[in-house]
Amino acid sequence: MRRQLPILIVFVSGVFMVIQYFIPHESFEFIYEYAMDWIIIIGIFAMLLGLWSLTRASVSKVQAKAPGWGFSVMTLVGLATMLFLGFYKGNKSIAEGTFFMDLFWYIYTPIQATMFSLLAFYIASAAYRSFRVRTVLATILLVTALIIMLRLIPLGPISGVNQWLASWILTVPNMAAKRAIWIGVGLGATATALKIIFGIERAYMGKD
Amino acid sequence: MKSSAFRKLFSLFSSLIFLFLFYSPAQGAESSAPAWFDKNRVNVFIVLALFFAFVIYFINRAQKGKSLFVRRIPGLDAIEEAVGRATEMGRPILYISGIEDMDNLQTVASMIILGNVAEMAAAYEVPLLVPVCQPFVVTVAEESVKQGYAKAGKPEAYNPNNVRFLTSEQFAYASGVNGIMLREKPAANFMFGSFYAESLLMAETGFSTGAIQVAGTANIHQLPFFVVACDYTLIGEELFAASAYLSKEPKLLGSLKGSDLAKLLIMIYLVLGVLFVTFGIDIFLRWVFVQ
Repeated sequence: MRRQLPILIVFVSGVFMVIQYFIPHESFEFIYEYAMDWIIIIGIFAMLLGLWSLTRASVSKVQAKAPGWGFSVMTLVGLATMLFLGFYKGNKSIAEGTFFMDLFWYIYTPIQATMFSLLAFYIASAAYRSFRVRTVLATILLVTALIIMLRLIPLGPISGVNQWLASWILTVPNMAAKRAIWIGVGLGATATALKIIFGIERAYMGKD
Repeated sequence: MKSSAFRKLFSLFSSLIFLFLFYSPAQGAESSAPAWFDKNRVNVFIVLALFFAFVIYFINRAQKGKSLFVRRIPGLDAIEEAVGRATEMGRPILYISGIEDMDNLQTVASMIILGNVAEMAAAYEVPLLVPVCQPFVVTVAEESVKQGYAKAGKPEAYNPNNVRFLTSEQFAYASGVNGIMLREKPAANFMFGSFYAESLLMAETGFSTGAIQVAGTANIHQLPFFVVACDYTLIGEELFAASAYLSKEPKLLGSLKGSDLAKLLIMIYLVLGVLFVTFGIDIFLRWVFVQ
């Protein structure tokens, strides 16, 4: 029963989600919306599981004095601080000008932006490696990338030709390859969904 | 699932569909009555029904013992190689399942691969680290890893602290994963699932640590980053084919062949569509539009 019940729930929910797409009746729309609300509710409860997992792993690391345990202390302090400040004054805690929001705007947001801006350097190093002329394919990649990048720069008399070529590359071979991948992804995802709905694929459910 | 139970499920599924398609309380009523079938989506329904039929046909065929050929996927073959390398180096394996929740099929596919990776890691006795971005995924990841360890006959080797939630925030998660890569120096990094801008941050950091990297995603804009920074990349549908390929289970391989047949038909349809449109007949073009 421990095995059959989840499979039955998955089957019923999966079949409902498939058929509701074809039925515009308001009763189906209502059930669909209701199910979507449940996803949000389950997600909120799942956050508690996440907090438990994070705390358990960090505390274990600190207790064992494992290498880098100081980072786990920082994680726990950060978690406790934000939780306390968030709950401290109820809804007023998240009003502008509170200590909670100051931490959010002046510590969390700049760190987030820093991580994002690092991407530019990573792109440069990755591009350097991929554009090295070693094989015929790498050379084609380099020439194509140059045409695409140079379309943004005024090149005098060859600007028009370059623009046309870049546009052709993006809308013909590039788009064809993208669509081929999209079709494959769509079919692969549908096949996976089907396997899950019919209980053929059960590995994600865990132990027998 | 036994084939008889499978057939029953299929019959129930088909009956439900036909019940909802052909039973309409609004028959004969005013046209303003709510509709029970969206006629604008007939084309989607036909394609979906055909696809389902292909998949079920090939699953039944596989169950009867007919051999099904599946082409080699180097990225999936490399998983065992990477686990072996981690064993030789005495360093852990890092598994990243993307940043989306369980409602994303890529995450589901990733969890299925995780079970296979965990089984290999347990067999080779290599620590498997699984930092997770969504709290709900933690429980599924824990179960997948536990199942992998149990299948390998080493349930006692499972360490619950190795499957851990980091944060739901995209770049905070990326920095957490990068920290693990730099501190723990995993010998193999697996990145399977739904990734966005954090993909290159993690893949480049993994590259800098010298780890063997295998990645896979269906998010098309992240594929170039993985191709550049990883040793092997699963492109799009290969991610969904992984469970069948790794387990070699006939029922799963059957579904793979069903997808392949559907792809063949789409290709034929595209060629016919191009020919028909070239000669000014647009029936093929109009039929595929979904309103």
